[in-house]
Amino acid sequence: MANIMIRTNAAGGLVFYLPKRDLEAAIASIEFDTPEKWGGELKLENGGSYYIDPIAKPPRLPISLRARRLGAAED
Amino acid sequence: MTTLTREESEALIQEVLEVYPEKARKDRAKHLMVNDKELESSKKCITSNRKSLPGVMTMRGCAYAGSKGVVWGPIKDVISISHGPIGCGQYSRAGRRAYYVGTTGVDTYGDMCFTSDFQEKDIVFGGDKKLAKLIEELEVLFPLSKGISIQSECPIGLIGDDIEAVAKKKAAEIEKPVVPVRCEGFRGVSQSLGHHIANDSVRDFILSNRDGQPFESTPYDVAILGDYNIGGDAWASRILLEEMGLRVVAQWSGDGTLAEMENTPNVKLNLLHCYRSMNYIARHMEEKYNIPWMEYNFFGPTKIAESLRAIAEHFDDTIKEGAERVIAKYQPMVDEIIAKFKPRLEGKKVMLYIGGLRPRHVVGAYEDLGMEVTGTGYEFAHNDDYDRTIKEMKDATLIYDDATGHELDEFAKALKPDLIGSGIKEKYCFHKMGFPFRQMHSWDYSGPYHGYDGFAVFARDMDMTVNNPCWTKLTPPWKKVVADELKKAA
Repeated sequence: MANIMIRTNAAGGLVFYLPKRDLEAAIASIEFDTPEKWGGELKLENGGSYYIDPIAKPPRLPISLRARRLGAAED
Repeated sequence: MTTLTREESEALIQEVLEVYPEKARKDRAKHLMVNDKELESSKKCITSNRKSLPGVMTMRGCAYAGSKGVVWGPIKDVISISHGPIGCGQYSRAGRRAYYVGTTGVDTYGDMCFTSDFQEKDIVFGGDKKLAKLIEELEVLFPLSKGISIQSECPIGLIGDDIEAVAKKKAAEIEKPVVPVRCEGFRGVSQSLGHHIANDSVRDFILSNRDGQPFESTPYDVAILGDYNIGGDAWASRILLEEMGLRVVAQWSGDGTLAEMENTPNVKLNLLHCYRSMNYIARHMEEKYNIPWMEYNFFGPTKIAESLRAIAEHFDDTIKEGAERVIAKYQPMVDEIIAKFKPRLEGKKVMLYIGGLRPRHVVGAYEDLGMEVTGTGYEFAHNDDYDRTIKEMKDATLIYDDATGHELDEFAKALKPDLIGSGIKEKYCFHKMGFPFRQMHSWDYSGPYHGYDGFAVFARDMDMTVNNPCWTKLTPPWKKVVADELKKAA
């Protein structure tokens, strides 16, 4: 489990940030994206994927969350 | 002066890698690339933020350098104690040429060295008592200081001193912030982690100190993050923002004060110049205080105009008009500079190897002068820096991460640039090789280079270096020997 932060970029897309490793990557897809259920598996553009427990859609980004690594991009 | 094609550049990289043993070659190959503007992400082409290879010369610093030298050092009214043996403190004292106003030793402490001067007995018995005593002495000698930061050197982490406990106790006693910073040099692979640790300590001990206190704000409050006032850079940036109608509440951290930093959560927009060293605190403020942040670039008129307009986009029409007014005001000055220096510099090739933001940010300034950057690289960048660099650089140019001495030498010999911009450690090697060289960490003791005023100095300095007749008079020592031997043989 790692602390991550999700924010929106200027273009309106979601950006994933892992402070521990200074890893910043655009989020290619998010599993659930509805007002009641938001989160699940995050697929990153660099090839990695992480899982966050689905929550109600946060009213404001950025938000810090706990995430589990499913598959990291090759180091 | 050579322009390489993509194939030639790739062949050059292979040639440079040949001297390494197999394992090292494989590792270093990942850190060198030929730029391809089509790429969206640098991830597949260049690896960064990895441990330097043992046995090669790296130009990197340590976490302590990142924290004390870069982030905490320039804050003028905070005393930064180098906690540990004396060397780290003394050799980093006033090392970065950050200007400030104030009287050293009275209300300003930027270029003084405060150290706990560890001896053997402190390593054996622990240095906490000494640290406590040191803070008491500081309070007597420098009562006008606004706070104290404790910059740990390697032994503190190794012997496990509890500097947090000392800091907490003493902060309550002297009623000033005392910030323990765990920036031991062995942490991380370069100074980059030091920036991060320092940002985190500012977040934990400084940023929220004035939450809830009244603050007279205006809709035009901004903060400059990641400008270290090298040669007066932050001042040259600040006047442009003020002229367009914004109010600069804080400068982080060149010529900055503790009060400015504590007031930063009240601003409307954080302006981030050095992304690498201060994006952490900007991200935190975005989450906690809902302050948006944006990167900007104040090197060279093209990028300045672009940045001023992008900054103005965040505000109302008065600021947008202000931005146009500022750009129009300085245009005649810019035209004059370009008319004077462009004919002298046009077509010249530049090779860079620096750190932080400069390897990509100064590219625009060189292009304004008609120069071309043929190779660039970072000492301690991460992948997000390279993502941004790929877009700035021309196709088929060289990009190198954490370059070794050997690689830089060979690249310079092959690219034959008209100017090399790098740090003090590379300066004299390239001088001896007869390459015009600018020390781009502290602007070769010149500056400022930011803003329109800085561009005038930048153009003059580049002309002064590139067109200096002295370079043709130099023969490197190793070439001299060959010449002598040839004479003997003949």
